[in-house]
Amino acid sequence: MGSLDDFLAMGGYAVYVWPAYLLAAIVLIGLFAVSRAELRRRERHLQALERSRGAAGHRRRRGGDAR
Amino acid sequence: MSGLWALIRRDLRLALRQRGDLLTAVLFFLLTAALFPFGIGPEPNLLLRIAPGILWVTALLAVLLSLERLFLADWEDGSLDLLLLAPQPLEAMVLAKVLVHWLTSGLPILLSAPLAALLYGLPAHALPVLLLALALGTPSLSLLGATAAALTLGARRGGVLLPLLTMPLYIPVLVFGVAAVDASLAGFSVRPHLLLLGALLLVSLPVAALSGAAALRQTAE
Amino acid sequence: MHRFASPARFLRLAGAVQPWLAGGTLVLMALGLYLALFDSPPDYQQGESVRIMYIHVPAAWMALFVYACIAVASASLLVWRHPLAGLFAKASAPIGAGFTFLALVTGSLWGKPMWGTWWVWDARLTSVLILFFLYLGLIALTNAFESPERGQRASAVLALVGSVNLPIIKFSVDWWNTLHQPASITRMGTPAIDPSMLWPLFSMAIAFTLYYFWVVIVRVRGELIEARLRALTRLQTEGR
Repeated sequence: MGSLDDFLAMGGYAVYVWPAYLLAAIVLIGLFAVSRAELRRRERHLQALERSRGAAGHRRRRGGDAR
Repeated sequence: MSGLWALIRRDLRLALRQRGDLLTAVLFFLLTAALFPFGIGPEPNLLLRIAPGILWVTALLAVLLSLERLFLADWEDGSLDLLLLAPQPLEAMVLAKVLVHWLTSGLPILLSAPLAALLYGLPAHALPVLLLALALGTPSLSLLGATAAALTLGARRGGVLLPLLTMPLYIPVLVFGVAAVDASLAGFSVRPHLLLLGALLLVSLPVAALSGAAALRQTAE
Repeated sequence: MHRFASPARFLRLAGAVQPWLAGGTLVLMALGLYLALFDSPPDYQQGESVRIMYIHVPAAWMALFVYACIAVASASLLVWRHPLAGLFAKASAPIGAGFTFLALVTGSLWGKPMWGTWWVWDARLTSVLILFFLYLGLIALTNAFESPERGQRASAVLALVGSVNLPIIKFSVDWWNTLHQPASITRMGTPAIDPSMLWPLFSMAIAFTLYYFWVVIVRVRGELIEARLRALTRLQTEGR
């Protein structure tokens, strides 16, 4: 109650309570970050591929199905 | 029906010709069971205390060791594709393959179990319970393992995958199997544990037939 | 269900829903953290350590909920051959494994002050450990094949077999635990739930659920693009 020190001490259970919350934060944020990074990487890859395909298709005069 | 019979006879003949494969499970079971006293010490009371757990775990691992070859040879030489085209229902053929697997791994373990029990000084009244529990439990191990073996056909690192997939599924068999022998050692009723092992076998039969057949069909797609 | 089966429709729906899921997750997570850390009383027996419960219990719920979602998706992949259902199950497994891992480690952190050791073969913790192995098996099997479809279908079969076995495993672990009740260990009783503890518990649980759907959408979008990439590279190599 009251001071910040008391709150951080968690009634003597600080070594157990804070790692639990910290770990939850690491797992949840990490999982999201990895998933989004993967999505971005694939989006970039796809864009690059479609651009090169579009160019190649024009050269061979059968563009249009690049979709 | 005659097709299934022919399949069982062919697989049995193949297994008997490869006597090395047949011996693997039993040898593994007996050797590992004989190894534990060296790690723990020869104190009879302690050995008797841990005997049910050790005998069951080694039997489980011995079955696990022999799972990989359940469908592998048929898959590699293409006879699995013929089985998929055969007129008999695939579910029945999976059960036939499992039966052969049990006859060549579970049954030999069951027959050599009295020898292993002797090493641990298991009293005479507990031996029938151990054998009955193994007789009810090892078919479940073969059944549940068959699904995992079919699922990992053609997988990268299939050998590592197999224990990972089967371990969670094997835990109930291990728990009830050990509990039955423990109960007989402690003089309690063994009936509930054996009934649970039997129930587990009854559940495993349809589950393994359906999922094993589904898994085998996937290999052809 | 079939109406959402087409990837284009899914992408449109996902684009509309995703910001709401993200916002809802953050708001409820903030509320849940405030309630869990500031606004709820310490337990009269377990003191402040009871606050670990607000992570542990919702994570354990999510571990089961995600598995149930995977099982439903697996059934619809095998029965109706929804390609999207396979991607959904594949995208869900790592999230479920993450929640299971969280439930395990927070259970261990909660158990240390209560039991005096980091790990006790308590029935609930043991069941969660087995569920964790099941998740690892699903992830490994999904990624074990050259063809992604084969991996998804194989792990769909495994997920369904697992869903039949999970109640049996849970029962056997409880059975095993009551047979071997060690005398030295005081069981971690569920603290008598006060209404002031329910609110943080529920807001955390809903926040975790929204988080799951948010991240699963991000992951399914990634998988859809990956499938497009595969199709395109195949076209390219065949066209040459």
